[in-house]
Amino acid sequence: MPLVVLAGIVLAALPFLGGSQYLATIGLLTAASALVGQGWNLAGGFGGLTSFGSVMFFGIGAYTAAIIQTRWGINPWFGLPAGAALGGLAGAVVGFAAFRAGLRGSYFALVTLAFAEVFHVLSNSLALTGAGLGITLRLAPGLGNFQFLDRRASYAVMLALLVLATALAHWLRASRFGARLVALRENEDAAQALGIDIVRTKTLAFALSGAVIATAGVVYTQTYLYIDPSIAFSVERSVEMLLVAMIGGPGTVWGPILGAIGLHLVADTAQAWIALPGFAAMLYGVVLLAVIRLLPDGIAGMFRRA
Amino acid sequence: MLEVRGLSKRFGGLQAVRDVDLDVAAGSITALIGPNGAGKTTSFAMIAGFIRPDAGRVALEGRAITALRPDRIAAHGLVRTFQITQPFGGLSVAENIRIGAFLHVAEPAAAMAAARAIGTRLGLGPLLDRPAASLTVAGRKRLELARALATQPRLLLLDEVMAGLNPAEIGEIVGLIREIRTAGVTILLIEHIMQAVASLAERVYVLAEGALIATGSPREIAENPAVIEAYLGHGAAARLARTHSSPFDQAAPHG
Repeated sequence: MPLVVLAGIVLAALPFLGGSQYLATIGLLTAASALVGQGWNLAGGFGGLTSFGSVMFFGIGAYTAAIIQTRWGINPWFGLPAGAALGGLAGAVVGFAAFRAGLRGSYFALVTLAFAEVFHVLSNSLALTGAGLGITLRLAPGLGNFQFLDRRASYAVMLALLVLATALAHWLRASRFGARLVALRENEDAAQALGIDIVRTKTLAFALSGAVIATAGVVYTQTYLYIDPSIAFSVERSVEMLLVAMIGGPGTVWGPILGAIGLHLVADTAQAWIALPGFAAMLYGVVLLAVIRLLPDGIAGMFRRA
Repeated sequence: MLEVRGLSKRFGGLQAVRDVDLDVAAGSITALIGPNGAGKTTSFAMIAGFIRPDAGRVALEGRAITALRPDRIAAHGLVRTFQITQPFGGLSVAENIRIGAFLHVAEPAAAMAAARAIGTRLGLGPLLDRPAASLTVAGRKRLELARALATQPRLLLLDEVMAGLNPAEIGEIVGLIREIRTAGVTILLIEHIMQAVASLAERVYVLAEGALIATGSPREIAENPAVIEAYLGHGAAARLARTHSSPFDQAAPHG
């Protein structure tokens, strides 16, 4: 395992060495996938709360960052805590409503999908979010403005957030809260009989997941300086989060990182060879099928068995 | 300790439980018996908060717990086990028990130590690090017991913890239940194995078709004509009276 960690550190540091913007962009995209995957994993992996709509948190984070600076002139760095707070709040509200009603499995997945669509429609029609036009940030590079011309800086921010999210997953695995969440995933009746508050535990987990995923949205806005409804609330991003966690190993600490690397290796390589529109989405489906069939515990499961 | 009054539940056209009164004295072992489909497990589910009763009330140590959520009731000290064992399959045996221990021990390492101690006490010592899904039926029954016990309950509801076990295993579980009671935990159990009921329980309640038909000591119950009829059919009591034996006699151990 120390060898794997060492390899990870070298891999993570690679884009900083040399001045390649291309390498930094790949690093940024992979770290972003790993971050949203880890966010999804906190609830979906550890708690079995399979959400199909977690892109709503990404979008909320992205719009929070855009709105506070363009509409209210607040410093963009404040977008990170504000985005995380609103993402967490959305997770708590949606989670509480769904879990209170006793929704599980595919019913929960569909309700999250519906909520993501509600946010999509709202952002498409409200003046606050710039409706269909979206919001463009004024170009003003600088550390104080949370805008960087060098992709390596964006990558560094994303990487720092990924480290935090992974530390959170690590805490979850070791803590009472995490153990209770896993118990709920394994057997709800037994967990409740042993004194676990189902709604409270699941709601907290979903809120935590929302807060983490929202931070990725904030960094997205600060990197591309533009956000619109179809970018913020795309179903593909929901699928990507789920896929990253499933491929890497749901309910494990390192799974989403392994999953993100694996997915980007496959997807980016394939895209370079075959430039068909929609090919990536098709490939995702094939990869997911293969993983479920061959690696039910993901890439991380392979290491555990070895 | 536990006071149940007028407990009733109807599922569609079926009156599953009708107007059941039940008392469990602190420190006692009380049994709830009856033929299949008599409403025993439904009664348990209502007492433990898993099913909301249509009518009736449940009080634990004088405090009303009727229709509280199961986790709230567990926090008050009443914990049930399941007839069909419900292990957390992906977790180890020790981790399973630790979930119970977490109810009153917040610190993970301390909860794990408590869980391992309880597991060892219940004879799961060599299996503590195995996945719970790999346990045999007897092991799973012990795990149910260990997990419930780890919550430090004052009243344990045991739903057929001996079903599916062989006589040697039953003997061991009977010994464990006695030890648990000696340690200060009051016990209410559902059981089909009369030998175990007779040797464990001070007081027995008999349910048939959702209603209580008898209550008393195991000996009184064994001789009660209504109970014999409920188990063996109409006229059975009269036939048995002619041969001067009760069906429970062969089962009840001597001494």
